[in-house]
Parts: sequence; structure tokens; C-alpha cells
Amino acid sequence: MTGLNWTSILAIYRFEMARTFRTIGQSILSPVITTVLYFVVFGGAIGGRIESVEGIAYGSFIVPGLVMLTLLQQAINNAAFGIYFPKFIGTIYELLSAPINFLEIVIGYVGAAATKALGVAAIILVTATFFVELTVLHPLAMLAFLVLTAVSFSLLGFILGIWAGNFEQLTLVPLLVVTPLVFLGGAFYSIDMLPEGWAQVTYFNPVLYLISGFRWSFFGVADVAPWVSLLAIAGFLAACMGVIWWIFRTGWRIKP
Amino acid sequence: MADIIEIRGLEKTYDDGFQALKGVDLTIREGEILALLGPNGAGKTTLISAVCGLVTPTGGTVTVGGHDILSDYRAARSLIGLVPQEITIEPFEKVIDTVRFSRGLFGRPRDESHIERVLRALSLWEKRNNRNKELSGGMKRRILIAKALAHEPRVLFLDEPTAGVDVTLRREMWDLVRRLRDEGVTIILTTHYIEEAEQMADRIGVIDRGRLLLVEETAGLMHKLGRKELVVEIAEPLAAVPPALAAHGLTLSDDGCRLIYTFDATAERTGMTRLMADIAEAGLHVRDLSTRQSSLEEVFLRLVDEGAQAMEAAQ
Repeated sequence: MTGLNWTSILAIYRFEMARTFRTIGQSILSPVITTVLYFVVFGGAIGGRIESVEGIAYGSFIVPGLVMLTLLQQAINNAAFGIYFPKFIGTIYELLSAPINFLEIVIGYVGAAATKALGVAAIILVTATFFVELTVLHPLAMLAFLVLTAVSFSLLGFILGIWAGNFEQLTLVPLLVVTPLVFLGGAFYSIDMLPEGWAQVTYFNPVLYLISGFRWSFFGVADVAPWVSLLAIAGFLAACMGVIWWIFRTGWRIKP
Repeated sequence: MADIIEIRGLEKTYDDGFQALKGVDLTIREGEILALLGPNGAGKTTLISAVCGLVTPTGGTVTVGGHDILSDYRAARSLIGLVPQEITIEPFEKVIDTVRFSRGLFGRPRDESHIERVLRALSLWEKRNNRNKELSGGMKRRILIAKALAHEPRVLFLDEPTAGVDVTLRREMWDLVRRLRDEGVTIILTTHYIEEAEQMADRIGVIDRGRLLLVEETAGLMHKLGRKELVVEIAEPLAAVPPALAAHGLTLSDDGCRLIYTFDATAERTGMTRLMADIAEAGLHVRDLSTRQSSLEEVFLRLVDEGAQAMEAAQ
């Protein structure tokens, strides 16, 4: 094998991005509206009664969690739909017959899904500045957390899209697994605020590490050490890559 | 002609135990049109899918242009264009973007003049900025062909290209296939229509129950297996074949007015002279004579039938 076939990767990436731009209205408008609602309810209505969390105004405290929530949902949904759709309508035959390897297919689809998710995350960050004061202590770390999370959860979405046998299954996992994990992963609170036993349970939630690390890059405070967070995301990313490698090796759910 | 595809002992057993291909050997020559003919479920699509990378073979080897389809899949696949049987197409995309995407996916640099040539050849140029879903079924099939030709393949697989296509479009497809062949593209098509194979193909492969029964030049196949029938129309209806003619193995039509004699058109002696002499001797008055060649359809049915009998005998 002599390097990656970038022409093919770019073709997939462009094709996927074109779909995003065709539906630009709903791609951007809906997450922005949802986020504004969160700010109004949690930041304004409830946040007014909460003094501060770990010395940070509650409205500002929830921003990293909200961005992560949207980033995860977007990454998973985009990537899952991106690969599920060709499987559903049958155009996947072309991917399988093309002179490309699994890594190139993944870079194309996951790259496009992560790009879109990062775009939406950026818009939400900007939207947040209209509501609360925001400072970023470690901008580079923030960027690293954003990119790593977008990529690793796009990979998870890709796996989901290949696994899903129908549209119901496609929306089930984000709804039943991801959303609860984000809500229970400290998006809207510090785990110190939880009763003793529950705090222990929360450490098993992988999303906690994402939100905690991401919040650290803003405020310098975290539930777990930032390097632990980084390690957790890297491990998750590697696990997803392993699963996808196995999928293409065995042809699971895509190739008899 | 040089060989472009070598298939040796190709086997495919699906996970449910169904054996779709049972050791297929096939050599395809560069620049020919090969038709794969067979009933539903014979293994035609599995054979194509295995060569193109949609299905993982469970045994045997395939090389395309000398490149193994597994160990050297990049080189092998970049030579191949595939037009699938089902119309599967991204509905919301523009025609031209769909075709451009295919070229890029196969790793070829942008070439707008080639895309234009392909779209014009398929009468799609006027519709290039339409969304795929706005086009008719026949037009969509042409988009699939345009996609397959976008990266300038040397081998084109057409899986049932004219299934559910009207007569005009079918003629257009045939013309296109011949033009491509003239440009040096090797074409492998599967079909149910024997007429299609007969008219289009340089060679015909007959496949049934996962086995390739034979591959022959189309003309040779017709010649070799084409039996002829001599129909003798007689003046007076008969109740049975007269004993004097029993040795000829004749059959009598239901109305008793026609004697049907089957003979091998390519044999040195057809036995026709002897038959006519015996008919005259039996005192029958001949009103009319006609001969007719069995179509490929009949040839094919006989082959499949013989294949089935041979398999039963083996068991």
C-alpha cells in the first residue's frame, strides 16, 4: 500500500459536506434554538437562584456541558446517517467496489461528520457569549478536546450507522444512551453536588471525562484531572477505530 | 485477444449455507462482449459481485488485468465499472455531481470534458443540473451507467441492464454497449433475455445453480446446439405415424396433418433424403415443407435440463 488515496477521500468528504449545505437551515437553526432554550431555562430561570458552582457563575458553568451535549449529538447523528443512508438506498455498492480501503472511507465520512459537528459547536459557543460572560483559560486544550470528541463520537456514529437495520434503531441509541449519559455526566452540575454513592457511579460514565476536561479548558477547574480526560477520549477513539477495522475486515452488516 | 479477467475455482457459500457459486472457471478476453445467461438464482449476480468486491469469495482466485482482486484490489478495481441490477441512486443530488463523485471515488483527477462526453453519450447532458429523483426510471438507469463510466474503466459489468426498460431504451443501450466495445472496453452483461445475448454477445456463458455449464462463441453455440426441425405437411390426416416411417423418430401433430422431424443441422448426413424417399414410398402426399432453427431459448432450456439430469445421475 502506497499511502492514502486522497482523491477518493476528498470525493467522499465533498459529497457529504454538499448534503450538509443543502440542508443548512435545519442543520444549524435547530441546535441554536435548543441551546437558547437551555440558556433561558437553566441559565436564566434556574441559574438565577444558584449562586455559583466552584466559584463560577452557573450560567457560565453550564456552557461547556451544553456545547458537549450538542457536539456529541451532532457527531453521532451526522456520521450514523451519513453511512446508513447509502446502505439504506443501496448506493453503498459503489463504495465497496471502489479502489479504496476502510481507512479512506472512514476518514471521508467521519471527517465530514466531525467538521459539521465542530461547526455547530462553534456557533453555539458564539451564541453563548450573547447570554453569559465567557473566558477560555486554555484555548489550545479546548480545541483539542473539541476535535478529539467530535472525531471519536463521529466514529461511534459510523459504527451505529453500520449496525442499524432501520431508522428506528438509528435514532434509538442517541436518544436512549447518549442523551442520558450527557445529562448524568455533569453537563449541568459538578459531581461534588451529588450524594456520596452517585458520585462513585458517575465515574463509570465516559461522558463525564469529556465534559470535565472541556470545562477545565475554560475555567481551570475539573471533576477529574485533565490528563485523565484526555486519556479517556484517546482510549475511546482507539476502541472505535478497532471496531471499525474489524467491521471492514469481516464485512459485518455491509458485505456478505 | 489477450485475457483481461481470469476466474479460477471461484466459490461462494453464504452464511446461511447457500452455495451460490460452486467452483467457476472463466476467462474473459479483452474487448469482447460476454453474456452470462441463466435463470433466477443461478449465481450470475454473485459472480459479478465477487469480482467487483461486493461479496467476499469463500474460495478460488480472480485476477483483473493481472491484478488479484484481494491482494491487489486497488489496481484491480480501478479497471472495473459496475452497473448494478437495482436502480440505487442518491435521490437529492444533482446528476452531474453524482457522476463527478464516482470519478473522484475511484481516485481519478477531475476531468470535466470526460464527464461531459459520458453525459452526452447517454443523453443526460440536458438533465445534468436536475436532481436525480426528478428523472424517469430509464434516465436513472443511464445515470448508473454514467457513474460506472466516469472513471474510464477497461471492464464494464452490466447486471441485467435492460430489465424493466422499454424497447427504445433497450435499443439505445445495445448501441451504447457496442460503441463501448468498439472503444476497447470489455463488457460482461447478465441477462434473462436470450434474444439480447444472441444479438449482443461475442460469447455466451450459461450458468445454472452456481456452475458455469459452458462458454462458447455465440455463433458457434447456435451452430453446435441449434437443432433444426423439418415440418412435413401432408394432404390426408393420419391417426398415427406409419410403421414404414418408424425408424425416423417422427412426431405427429395433434391434428394429424404434420410430421415433425428433428435433425442436427451440422451433421454430415441429416437423413432428410432418406426420409423424403420413405414418405414417397409410403404413398403420402406432401403439401408443404418448412424448416426452423431452435432459438437460444430452447437451446438454453435443454442445457439447463441436461445439467440437472447429469447432477441427479451423479447423486
